[in-house]
Amino acid sequence: MLILTCPCCGIDAAEIELAPGGEAHLKRFGPGSGDAEFENYLFNRHAAKGPVLERWRHAYGCGKWFLAARDSVTMEVYGTYSARLPEPPEDVLARIRARHPGWEVPA
Amino acid sequence: MSETIQEPVSPLMGAVAEGALTVRELGPTGMISLRGELSDPAFAGPVTALAGCPMPDTWTVSGTGARALLWMSPDELLMLLPYGEAREAAPRLQAELDGQGLHALVQDVSDMRVRLQLQGPHMREALARLSPADVSPGAFRPGSLRRTRIAQAAAAIRLVSEEEAEVFCFRSVADYAFRLLGGAARNAPDFGYF
Amino acid sequence: MSTRLASGGRFLDRSNKIRFTFDGVSMSAHPGDTLASALLANDRLLVGRSFKYHRPRGVVASGAEEPNALVGLGTGPRFEPNQRATTTELFDGLTAESQNRWPSLDRDLGAVNAALSRFLPAGFYYKTFLWPRAFWKHLYEPFIRRAAGLGKAPHPESRDSDTYEHFHAHVDVLVVGGGVAGLMAAKVAAASGAQVLLIEQTAHWGGRAPVDGGTIDGLAPEAWVAQTLSELDALPNLRRVARCMGAAVQDHGYVLGYERLTDHAPGSIGPRHRLWRIRAKQIITATGAIERPLSFAGNDVPGVMLASAMRDYVVNYGVTPGQRAVLVTNNDDAYRTALVLHEAGVEVVRVLDARPMGGGKLMEMVREKGIRVDPGRAIAKVSGGKRVATVHSCLADGEGNVLEDIPCDTVAMSGGWSPVVHLWSHCGGKLRWDDGAAFFRPDPERAPTGFDGQPMVIPAGAANGDMTLRNVLEDAVKSGENAALKVGREVVRIVAPLGEEAAEAALMPLWIVPTKATPDLRMKAFLDYQNDVKVSDLQLAAREGYESVEHAKRYTTLGMATDQGKLSNINGLAVLSDALDEAIPQVGTTTFRPPYTPVSFGAITGEARGELFQPLRRTPMDAWHDANGAQWEPVGHWRRPYCYRRPGETTEMAVNREILATRQSLGLLDASTLGKIVVKGPDAGKFLDMLYTNMMSTLPIGKCRYGLMCSENGFLIDDGVVVRLAADTWLCHTTTGGADHIHAHMEDWLQCEWFDWRVYTANVTEQYAQVAVVGPEARKLLEKLGGMDVSKEALPFMTFAEGTLGGFPARVHRISFSGELSYEVAVPAHMGRAFWGKLLELGAEWDVTPYGTEALHVMRAEKGFIMIGDETDGTVIPQDLNLGWAISKKKEDFLGKRAQERLHMADPRRWKLVGLETSDGGVLPTGALAVAPGKNANGQRNTQGRVTSSYFSPTLGRGIAMALVLDGPQRMGEELTFTTDDYDPADEAKTTLTAKIVSPVFYDPEGARNDV
Repeated sequence: MLILTCPCCGIDAAEIELAPGGEAHLKRFGPGSGDAEFENYLFNRHAAKGPVLERWRHAYGCGKWFLAARDSVTMEVYGTYSARLPEPPEDVLARIRARHPGWEVPA
Repeated sequence: MSETIQEPVSPLMGAVAEGALTVRELGPTGMISLRGELSDPAFAGPVTALAGCPMPDTWTVSGTGARALLWMSPDELLMLLPYGEAREAAPRLQAELDGQGLHALVQDVSDMRVRLQLQGPHMREALARLSPADVSPGAFRPGSLRRTRIAQAAAAIRLVSEEEAEVFCFRSVADYAFRLLGGAARNAPDFGYF
Repeated sequence: MSTRLASGGRFLDRSNKIRFTFDGVSMSAHPGDTLASALLANDRLLVGRSFKYHRPRGVVASGAEEPNALVGLGTGPRFEPNQRATTTELFDGLTAESQNRWPSLDRDLGAVNAALSRFLPAGFYYKTFLWPRAFWKHLYEPFIRRAAGLGKAPHPESRDSDTYEHFHAHVDVLVVGGGVAGLMAAKVAAASGAQVLLIEQTAHWGGRAPVDGGTIDGLAPEAWVAQTLSELDALPNLRRVARCMGAAVQDHGYVLGYERLTDHAPGSIGPRHRLWRIRAKQIITATGAIERPLSFAGNDVPGVMLASAMRDYVVNYGVTPGQRAVLVTNNDDAYRTALVLHEAGVEVVRVLDARPMGGGKLMEMVREKGIRVDPGRAIAKVSGGKRVATVHSCLADGEGNVLEDIPCDTVAMSGGWSPVVHLWSHCGGKLRWDDGAAFFRPDPERAPTGFDGQPMVIPAGAANGDMTLRNVLEDAVKSGENAALKVGREVVRIVAPLGEEAAEAALMPLWIVPTKATPDLRMKAFLDYQNDVKVSDLQLAAREGYESVEHAKRYTTLGMATDQGKLSNINGLAVLSDALDEAIPQVGTTTFRPPYTPVSFGAITGEARGELFQPLRRTPMDAWHDANGAQWEPVGHWRRPYCYRRPGETTEMAVNREILATRQSLGLLDASTLGKIVVKGPDAGKFLDMLYTNMMSTLPIGKCRYGLMCSENGFLIDDGVVVRLAADTWLCHTTTGGADHIHAHMEDWLQCEWFDWRVYTANVTEQYAQVAVVGPEARKLLEKLGGMDVSKEALPFMTFAEGTLGGFPARVHRISFSGELSYEVAVPAHMGRAFWGKLLELGAEWDVTPYGTEALHVMRAEKGFIMIGDETDGTVIPQDLNLGWAISKKKEDFLGKRAQERLHMADPRRWKLVGLETSDGGVLPTGALAVAPGKNANGQRNTQGRVTSSYFSPTLGRGIAMALVLDGPQRMGEELTFTTDDYDPADEAKTTLTAKIVSPVFYDPEGARNDV
């Protein structure tokens, strides 16, 4: 059972205090977008083995959404950060790359 | 028809479970939910004036007794005040904040939650049976608030003193929460871990 | 015979006697006994039958690793199957029964399986029961069903009379295991100031050391343990819990501990079991080691026992399983058992030491006692049925030619020791093979890692592969220091106490006994007692191509069920690697899965049973409903009255009465469960325009509008009435089930996508009690309450007003979900019960009738209103429901708009909503399918529609239904054929119903009743 530190309120929250929200950093496509990009937005997920970027909500706590960089194999948490950021902050990227040299945010 | 306003009745009508731990429903409490920019003095000013206590720090409670401010979220507070005041105080405060052009939300939520008081030497043990939160003395001190869950229900736990805590749950699960806390205290009254 | 010795038994209270029964026979024992030791004291060697062959089995071990002595304990509401006799602390009045036998343990008919064992090899079930098909029903399946399963389940109607609880503990260091290693590691970790929790699965501290002997800092181990415990108890930052097993190590330092508080004293106050849900920054596994059996023919005959277990029974319980013992070993440790037996007056007939040169100092000590030791010898076979009679000795390195028949009544075997690596392995810790010691031990380079990617488990002592007392203590100190350091404490140096014991000669790995045993011997040499897996089964699996250890495990069932490899693992792997001609580390181990030993369902459940099984959400009027005949319906976690039955009424009668009373006069519905979310801010209108398919920003203040919400992939997820409270404030009503997730949905978009929009939301669902006052007399009732103008002019349809109604602060919405004149009144929840009472009191003159959710459903269906969850199922878009009018054409964007432009969503052949009238006035089953000509690719009947809601309408006196039908709205008047619940394609005439497509608005299509 995971523990993630909520970056909004600082609590080390147990998994049962959190609600998962799937992959982070999706770019929304609305009316006017092409079929391919819309389908990609709606359905295609990376589901990577290794570092994953995820959305979580501190549902039984401060109620805020945040993002987490986690390793889906080792469960190592590289960091949690604001849901407003377009990509993981540098310190989180550095921790991911320390384990997975050259790792890039998946396109 | 009568113009006197109806008397409020809290969900458990002040029920008490006595034992090694006393669980008591505290009856109607005025509660105002506040959302806004907590660090903005224009928001904090009118709020603290009404509450009669300073702004609380993260996951703490400021104020004691009848009036207090509970830190609920980075942009949310819960104000406690006498029940009779909240219905008129909430729109008045909203109007005051609106009048300053502030973006804020003030709602009277006095009827939305049940307020359960826990008293007894093994109060922390009772909480630890039900909540995944760290309620050990080192991590959870008097004056702290923690929103978490007790068993399967959302709860906010306020530590008042070493032998007293308050648990706030939604009104609809008042009975569930009361039985949970009463049961947790009754099951093994002598078990002292902390 | 197996008997109580005249003296000894350090756990016993010999001054007291207690009684228990086994299979109905009353026996006597002492406080301190386990059920296993008590059975042995009563000469009860045969304690169970094996799972597959029903072979007679006796006690093999003395602890959690026991595979055979599983019994049913207790009676009635306290009956529990599959309890290990070796870990069951005896109490006065205990009742136990043996398992897997019929009609009795001594005369078991299933043992015929054993005679057929030649025909029951590995994979037998997969191979044999394939053909002929017809044999399945009457032969194979009954046979398998009778044979399958271990023990019997408690009676389905019985209810556990005990209580259980959970306990969450957050600690720096958790030490699992209260042997000398665990005690020492805990002491060192605690000395640094770390918060330490120490748990031990048995009732006794000190582990094996007091039995195995030696000295610690010159003290007997028992004395050192007592001294250390008193030191630990003086520390404020250390807690220790006995009878608490470390069951599982999971991600991020989450550990489950299983404490058994009253199993040894049933009926006493307090919970029976406590499930510890521990969060530890560092976990020290001081879980010791388990002795391995030797794989010789007849190694499962009752009376054959692990050498260490036999030692435990003599030292701890003053019990011996026999009077004439033979020992067989490949290492020195077994000699300790010989010494203990000799000391206790048990004749040690022979020690068969497989090593050509025998052992070291311990062997010399044994010889000095006059005991004969035969080096280079082993056991070809043990004979005896329900009790050991003869050991047939042979050359250890031979094929099993018998050299000597040794009459005896018990055999102690020792194949060396394996560290208990289960907890290390649960969360990904890897093992390395130690060739010298011939066991897998934790690989420090590949420890299980925690949230920070750093090791979170530290093995200590024997669990780490350190098998001498001296090394155990030194390793424990290191582990304790290591843990303290990792949790950020300054290490306080404590010198490791000096462990001293006789030096041991090296072990000789021995996996098959004798090493070249003939096939008939291998077929009687058990690797996994519990699952009846023999040496020959593993070899067969290898021959048949099950080369992966995980495949071989599943094919043979080696190490499955409660064993989890405790006794069977290494021997099984070694045999497999031998058959595959690969080294053991190349073959690898199977996965050790939690729990270490089984955990009761009660402990897992904790408090969540009976009234606390789930949170039950109650409205402010709940007590009134309950006292007035409410038949409850669960809606989410809420309970809502389905209807209120009066004496003598059926459910149907009650529903029909409620509907007719409401339509004819006045009804009341407790609508408090509807979600209520306040949305406020400068951008609130823009936000709601994105959230709803229709335009909410243009809703005038004081007005109400019905709105639809779709998910981003276009499907309808919720509906409800939106109210404009003020220029920048809206109140959104959601469905009962939708309040929480729609609020979360709003916050998701506000926090993650449009975080620069200035909007606040508040879920105020529970602030209000809400009552729908419905029917032609509704206005009169509100006027009688007084205080607000609720006239047609002041409060027209789809508006609201705030004020005080009969002394109640109220928000009155003029909205209708029934087609009748209707007001939904929200009052503070604390006044809800009083308001409900007032409405009943004042409404009596119009025979005011409370109605439940079924009447609500029927009345909305009579009006053709959709219900989320009936007409929608997560694949339905508003256009399917002819709700195109509620989808804004003007808005550039809203959630779901883009998806609804997708090809499949815009397909004109999507099924669309219609009403149905059955030809005979009957009621269609909900979910009935409209059949269409022909068959699909799977040979199933084609379909062209589906019934989404179906009711008997008392208003119309006939069955009505709503359905999604292909081209439905264009097919008015057409008759379709629908399946019934017992639809049979071969007999459609009798198992279908016909219905005519009509408008879904069955009642008052002009809306005249509401327009008053």
